Amino acid sequence: MSDFPHTPPRYSATFTPAINAEIRRAAASGIYDIRGGGTKRHLPHFDDLLFLGASISRYPLEGYREKCATDVWLGTRFAKKPIHLDIPVTIAGMSFGALSGPAKEALGRGASAAGTSTTTGDGGMTEEERGHSQTLVYQYLPSRYGMNPDDLRRADAIEVVVGQGAKPGGGGMLLGQKISDRVAMMRNLPKGIDQRSACRHPDWTGPDDLEIKIMEIREITDWEKPIYVKVGGARPYYDTALAVKAGADVVVLDGMQGGTAATQDVFIEHVGMPILACIPLAVKALQDLGMHRKVQLIVSGGIRTGADVAKAMALGADAVAIGTAALVALGDNDPKWEGEYQKLQTTADAYDDWHEGKDPAGITTQDPELFKRFDPILGGRRLKNYLKVMTLEAQTIARACGKNHLHNLEPEDLCSLTIEAAAMAGVPLAGTSWIPGRNGGY
Amino acid sequence: MQTFDLGKEGLRALNSSLHALKGQTNMTAWEVVNPKGAHAIAAGVDADVDITVRGSTGYYCAGMNKLATIRIKGSAGPGVAENMMSGTVIIDGNASQYAGATGRGGLLVVKGNASSRCGVSMKGIDIVVHGSIGHMSAFMAQSGNLVVLGDAGDALGDSLYEARLFVRGSVKSLGADCIEKEMRPEHYAILEDLLKRGEADHLAKPREFKRYGSARKLYNFNIDNASAY
Repeated sequence: MSDFPHTPPRYSATFTPAINAEIRRAAASGIYDIRGGGTKRHLPHFDDLLFLGASISRYPLEGYREKCATDVWLGTRFAKKPIHLDIPVTIAGMSFGALSGPAKEALGRGASAAGTSTTTGDGGMTEEERGHSQTLVYQYLPSRYGMNPDDLRRADAIEVVVGQGAKPGGGGMLLGQKISDRVAMMRNLPKGIDQRSACRHPDWTGPDDLEIKIMEIREITDWEKPIYVKVGGARPYYDTALAVKAGADVVVLDGMQGGTAATQDVFIEHVGMPILACIPLAVKALQDLGMHRKVQLIVSGGIRTGADVAKAMALGADAVAIGTAALVALGDNDPKWEGEYQKLQTTADAYDDWHEGKDPAGITTQDPELFKRFDPILGGRRLKNYLKVMTLEAQTIARACGKNHLHNLEPEDLCSLTIEAAAMAGVPLAGTSWIPGRNGGY
Repeated sequence: MQTFDLGKEGLRALNSSLHALKGQTNMTAWEVVNPKGAHAIAAGVDADVDITVRGSTGYYCAGMNKLATIRIKGSAGPGVAENMMSGTVIIDGNASQYAGATGRGGLLVVKGNASSRCGVSMKGIDIVVHGSIGHMSAFMAQSGNLVVLGDAGDALGDSLYEARLFVRGSVKSLGADCIEKEMRPEHYAILEDLLKRGEADHLAKPREFKRYGSARKLYNFNIDNASAY
């Protein structure tokens, strides 16, 4: 033995323990990793932006006295019956099948109590959801599971789903263990099979067809319902422009932090763009067409707090949507189930095998025994509380910026902490007037 | 007979009038003239009425139809009778791509040929095509019956589930997990009924058809089938 100290073990920055573990898992199983949720990698995000607040040149509003409105109209372009929401935080589409019936009921209860909308998903419209949702958006998906004109007409808005942030260009998957009798019946499929949702719509391709498809849906619903078009964060400038051209009332833009019930990990982590990079491009498309605020923009993907809401709106969004955060509010990944998570070889706040149907919290499952752990009334109350807190937080920031409506927030209220965020969000690096990629500034 | 001049009165007025028929019984016969290839003609009808369109139609004629019998005295554009729930749609001419897409019930009859993706993702609809069908027809077809008196193009029934496909002529190729299956007595009975209701019983007999369906090998992910995905 030498008296010289040993070189300490050094992990590779390329072949990290996590990477090596995945190589070993792939080598042992021969199957790619499938999981739920959104990307887990670090990305430029709303945390990289700060509000400047009021100063001599801007005066603030009194927090407990002066009003800061939060309501939003959606679908004012063509629909005879646009939607009016009390708050600009909506619940994103999540399917019955991926979620249990009681979980869908809780989403409806919480959203309605907070004065906002919830959204169906790939499994069709359930009575739990319709019955408990004051405002329900009905998704029109490539699979068309459960699609029917009666549900189109009893929806409050219709969302034509072209893509989602977790997997732009990808379809859906619901593995056999979650295909219960009820799920199978709603999807016209045998029980227990792995159910695939197509990545493309079966009866249209391209923006010209989409325009005709939207017109057909409007005709079927007598031009009453707002028509949303949802796209994943891939080419937000062109997707937004084409959705507007096709006749959308509302564009829903989902960044890569947005969750999914199940898809390949490689898809979640390596396809799409962070929402921070998407919003300014979509807003620019709307502005270039003279349609900003006329066609409303809802953004999603990693919205967690009222600060995120305010930042998204300052960048030009009209509203936001939450999915993963709503599930956490209901009780998903709660440490109180840690013992159960350990049995599944995971831990609270990291559980993402939603597709396996073994969710200890009883939310992303079709197991009636696990349902019993979830109280939809209590879950709805928790979601309402969370939505209220987000709204109060956003109002707090807006008042500090001197705004009497969340929609009055603007990019000039923001600065960036990093060069990447400054470039993506199009707001100056803190302490400078520099926006990388734009002329001028320093 | 109610006659509606689409060229003069417009699509919105037509569909609004047809939607208002739900629950009514005294105006059951309609004729639409001057369709001129308009899209979404008679989309979303929910009434037991008989509608005859005198001419060819654009996209999505009879989309999501419930209960109505809709006759197209011409050819139909893409997505005719898409997501039909019930009722009958009869096309005298040809049908473009996606005919009967995602249809959940009812009967679609094409007296000419149907283009690609006929019956794509069908979910219970019955389709009878007197002529031939194009490539990728019955892709991901879930349930229902597709009857083809002529030939089928490439990749018939790719990734299909429980739909039954009956083809009298040649099949250029079968898609992933689609195989020829035995014709049993119940299948002859289904065919006999569909040929009759599809106004084709004078053109073909059940014993002239072959049946195709799912091998059910791709129903659950298996790494050994990776080359088929």
